Amino acid sequence: MKEGQIRIPAGCAISGIIDKKRNRFNGESIIKSIALMHERSNGLGGGFAGYGIYPQYKNFFALHIFYDNNQIKAKTEEFLSEHFEIESAGNIPTRAVPSIKDKPLIWRYFVQPRIYKVRNLNMDEDEFTARCVIRINKDFLGAYVFSSGKNMGVFKGVGYPEDIGDFYMLENYEGYIWTAHGRFPTNTPGWWGGAHPFTMLDWSIVHNGEISSYDANRRFVEMYGYKCTLQTDTEVITYLLDLLVRRHKLPMEKALQVLVAPFWNDIEKENSKKAEELKALRAVYSSALINGPFSILIGYEDGLIALNDRIKLRSMVSAIKGDKVYFASEESAIRVICKKPENIYHPKGGEPIIVKFEEAK
Amino acid sequence: MIKEMKNITIEVNLKDAKTLNEEIKNSVSAYDEITLNNVYGQRYIGSGINQDVKININGVPGNDLGAYMDGPEIEVFSNAQDAIGNTMNKGRIIVHGSCGDTTGYAMRGGEIFIKGSVGYRVGIHMKEYLDMKPVIVIGSSAGDFLGEYMAGGIIILLGIGVAKEDQLTGKYLGTGMHGGVMYVNGTLPEYKLGKEIKKVELDNNDKKVIKNYIQQYKKYFKYTKDINIDSFSKYVAADKNPYHLLYIKN
Repeated sequence: MKEGQIRIPAGCAISGIIDKKRNRFNGESIIKSIALMHERSNGLGGGFAGYGIYPQYKNFFALHIFYDNNQIKAKTEEFLSEHFEIESAGNIPTRAVPSIKDKPLIWRYFVQPRIYKVRNLNMDEDEFTARCVIRINKDFLGAYVFSSGKNMGVFKGVGYPEDIGDFYMLENYEGYIWTAHGRFPTNTPGWWGGAHPFTMLDWSIVHNGEISSYDANRRFVEMYGYKCTLQTDTEVITYLLDLLVRRHKLPMEKALQVLVAPFWNDIEKENSKKAEELKALRAVYSSALINGPFSILIGYEDGLIALNDRIKLRSMVSAIKGDKVYFASEESAIRVICKKPENIYHPKGGEPIIVKFEEAK
Repeated sequence: MIKEMKNITIEVNLKDAKTLNEEIKNSVSAYDEITLNNVYGQRYIGSGINQDVKININGVPGNDLGAYMDGPEIEVFSNAQDAIGNTMNKGRIIVHGSCGDTTGYAMRGGEIFIKGSVGYRVGIHMKEYLDMKPVIVIGSSAGDFLGEYMAGGIIILLGIGVAKEDQLTGKYLGTGMHGGVMYVNGTLPEYKLGKEIKKVELDNNDKKVIKNYIQQYKKYFKYTKDINIDSFSKYVAADKNPYHLLYIKN
């Protein structure tokens, strides 16, 4: 059964860690953190994003793909080799975990776009790769690219997050950002592609909540060539960020002001220059405003961002210890992996917390 | 005859909430005081217990601490998370730290004392009936929607360590409020107030209530500085029945 075929009327858990000096650490601590919030999930989805995990292939796009069967795999690989130089391809290693059932074929490819193709289309490699990912997810029924960034990767599936982490053997990967999600699907049954994180290129999003503006947001991004294929609200946030920051080149702070635009009566209280600017953003990007209850963590190439909806209908706690910054739905999920966290803080509604690496790449 | 006090200590660590709560429930009739060490986010601690027992918590307890509680006193020597005292009926929760969102959610009776700050929607839909009057005392500041849809009870915000009056609470104070009272140490700017509340003068009875809870706060948290009762503002519902127009016959 796939998303959209049934509605289950029904919380989620999120957790994230970043090391600001890009010191890498393995996936055990993020698993321990998300596992503590077991009750927030119901076993219908769990997943992780790790950044800095593929240093040996850091200049290649790492495509993680689910296949329903070998026929669609063969067809998709034909498309891949037509568009990309494939440096390396293979199964993503997994171990047998009793609770993880009905797994698809899970493959990983380190690729570079074929230069002549990119040049002929007069676009950059990121745009080319993004379009290929959208194309596969839209047109290759039974194939789903669930991770497509460089030196980062997503590992997800149907199950409790701690079991999914065990399944993918995340103790064997070392990264400088980890995010995690435990799913409690509120509208749909849960399938491998519908688990969080959702990605596009280097973007990854984990989300607790529900986007009530989903359809307005979806129509907006689809005008720019994206295609929402997963019947799950969170994916649209990923495409909004990709559109606003990568393609429209908005500074991150402004892009986040679009997503959680201040209320009109709060804009009125700003000085005229600032108010003018905020009004312009709301006017141009009215369809990119995200409404509904959410707390999200956004992983990207420069760092990690935490964001709540404007009236904070979901929980989020942050803390600092040394070079690491922690975020989680619950304070205890930080304390279980960080003995004496400092600066415990509850980000306010609509107040983004942006943590960037101290040195750019 | 003086009853002998009996104590028990439970090492919690990563024990699941269900096992822990069964253990607590099995201990309440045999012990007067239960101490939980190394608590990590276990939910529902103390929920539904209707005996006089003292529960000490070391570590951060999980959501819905003391939900539906009917008698015990819980003392948390750390921060607490969301929805503590959810629909609590009787007893007391003392938190030597700060709390998350929806503290005292739909509370019906009893008292909650928080040394530090609280998150969003604290005291949402608190209610009162005759002598059942729940109370939340907040040491420092509160987030948006304090006292949202409040129908009864008392919220007292002491503002300790808060530099400016506009940082005492978030916005939308008392949105949808139709009963109960909020005492805030300072005067909030008009834009922080929800549409359904108004500021009224303190009378002597109000001062007595505030004084009493300040004394208790000082005792629980060993706070020694003076708090000026005359600087408090009183906020109540502007209309006892703001929704009557929603229920016209048709």
